[in-house]
Amino acid sequence: MRPLRIIVLAKQVPDTRNVGTDAMKPDGTVNRGKLPTIFNPDDLHALELALNIKDRIPGTEVIVLTMGPQRAADIIREGYYRGADKGIMISDRRFGGADTLATSYTLVKGIKKLAPFDLILGGRQAIDGDTAQVGPQCAEKLNIPQVTYVEEVISFTDNQIIAKRRLEKGVETVSSAFPCLMTVHESSPVCRSRIAKRVMKYKYARTKTELKSRSTDENLLLLHDKRPYLTIPEWGVEDIDAEMSKIGLAGSPTKVKSVESIVLTSDESKVLSDSDTDIEMMIKELIENHTIG
Amino acid sequence: MKSVFVYCEVENKKIAEISQELLSAGKRLAQKLGSPLEAMVFGNGLKDIAKQVAPFGVDKIHLADDERLEPFRTLPHASIAKEILKKEDPQIVLFGATSVGRDLAPRLASALNCGLTADCTILDIGDHYVNKEKKEYKDLLYAIRPAFGGSIIANIINWDMHPQMATVREGVMKKEIVDENYNAEIESIDVDKILKDEDLILKIIERHIEESDVNLKEAPIIVAGGYGVGSKENFDYLYQLSNLLGGEVGGSRAAVDAGFIDHNRQIGQTGITVRPKLYIAAGISGAIQHTAGMQEASLIISINKDPEAPMNKIADYVIEGDVSDVIPKMIKYYKKNAK
Repeated sequence: MRPLRIIVLAKQVPDTRNVGTDAMKPDGTVNRGKLPTIFNPDDLHALELALNIKDRIPGTEVIVLTMGPQRAADIIREGYYRGADKGIMISDRRFGGADTLATSYTLVKGIKKLAPFDLILGGRQAIDGDTAQVGPQCAEKLNIPQVTYVEEVISFTDNQIIAKRRLEKGVETVSSAFPCLMTVHESSPVCRSRIAKRVMKYKYARTKTELKSRSTDENLLLLHDKRPYLTIPEWGVEDIDAEMSKIGLAGSPTKVKSVESIVLTSDESKVLSDSDTDIEMMIKELIENHTIG
Repeated sequence: MKSVFVYCEVENKKIAEISQELLSAGKRLAQKLGSPLEAMVFGNGLKDIAKQVAPFGVDKIHLADDERLEPFRTLPHASIAKEILKKEDPQIVLFGATSVGRDLAPRLASALNCGLTADCTILDIGDHYVNKEKKEYKDLLYAIRPAFGGSIIANIINWDMHPQMATVREGVMKKEIVDENYNAEIESIDVDKILKDEDLILKIIERHIEESDVNLKEAPIIVAGGYGVGSKENFDYLYQLSNLLGGEVGGSRAAVDAGFIDHNRQIGQTGITVRPKLYIAAGISGAIQHTAGMQEASLIISINKDPEAPMNKIADYVIEGDVSDVIPKMIKYYKKNAK
């Protein structure tokens, strides 16, 4: 089997699964800045699948591609710690405000710059939107087949890959030609942990912009001179030759017209304690009004 | 007026439940717009399918009947849908937020360069004034969905890149027959003319679809657990109670993520929407993403240690306490008092 070139699309997301009260603004909306950021969980599954294929096919190259603000460089470092060969960061203020259509356009521009490739892997969906759109949108723009909800890659030959998909009511095994794009389902194996040696090797990996920040000390700059692999490539609008009308807000057809914070109310709730008396009283009421029994 | 389109999913020559719901939602939008409702139905052996589709008030059915179209594969369905949508240029296109719809819709949105809003809970028609252009856009689709951790509900619109697309979860929209004898025009698609070899590059080797034994949608009583249940073992109490009451057990996303319960029992915006007679929320804080899927229950009991849990605000009964303490007591007193 020939080595493959795999691009993993990964996103840094606010940890919406653990929205604490301190992250809520008085009007009931979420203060994004207060939320910790994490590697999107499904994308970690995608990274694991890529690394698993790399284990099975020696010489395979795994490249992590992310788009986001500067702090998303954490995603690239995390990819290195777990076994990725390379990381690329697409970052530019002008990409901000992108919906899934503009995001897929931007990512595809980056992917094309990285071509050739055999496989593009990404998580099924990101927890900050749950849309599951960016994968298929990229596949369409690249004019390649898509295999969504992949749970396992069963086998491959030089021109064909066979994978099992997890559907809502069952499973399906499909074969596709290369190149193709797969979105990886959360039922696939969880990602391996960081490897201590790789953490040592890559912990000073930085983007150019990060290096320019005032807090950077001289030694870090010298280190990057000596070890160029520590400098994470960073692509802006011009680097990927993106059209301004297709990126950011301008390239995003969906717009938020209004946002309402949710105030849930019911008429009167009966508040009970966990005492035997209270619970028996409630059960009796429910039986009497034929809700149960 | 431009049409409202619905992409219909077909399983074993039957229109999927979600597609029936979408046709009804589409009809309501079409009536507001005074425009026709059209359906795209692709599959194999669909001679009699119109009888299932037309009663929802469908004015025109775009029918592609070919053995290569079943089971569903992305590329052949996408190629045919693209061809139709480019030619017909509809105003609105709706898809189910199913493993089929969520696979196909973004591919089409990308090809047509248009907006797509996922997992809407409300669809409506309305206007929007764009300040920058000093122009009022009439009759836009309001695609309304909970967003961002469930703390907000957002109205998503799209005024400049058509069509306007949206996906909707199963169980969210109400199914309504307009007229059993509604007359739909049928337009047969010449599949051979559209499909190319590269559309068939992906092959299905094996397929195993199981009818789920979990029937949350029909269950009159649901005992649902959240992260607050604490462990998979504690979920046993929930199963005991639901068996006793003749109900089903469901879970919040947090409970599914924690591995307490299977994902096919997930209730909420990204799971199943339910409307039971009684909903017992055990250790569920009640983020809108969850409540969006159960708030229409006739009676809600919230069991929570946190008196401030949002679930308590929509509950009819609030029991402040630990799930592993309260549920066994409910079992005990049900056994004692039931006739």
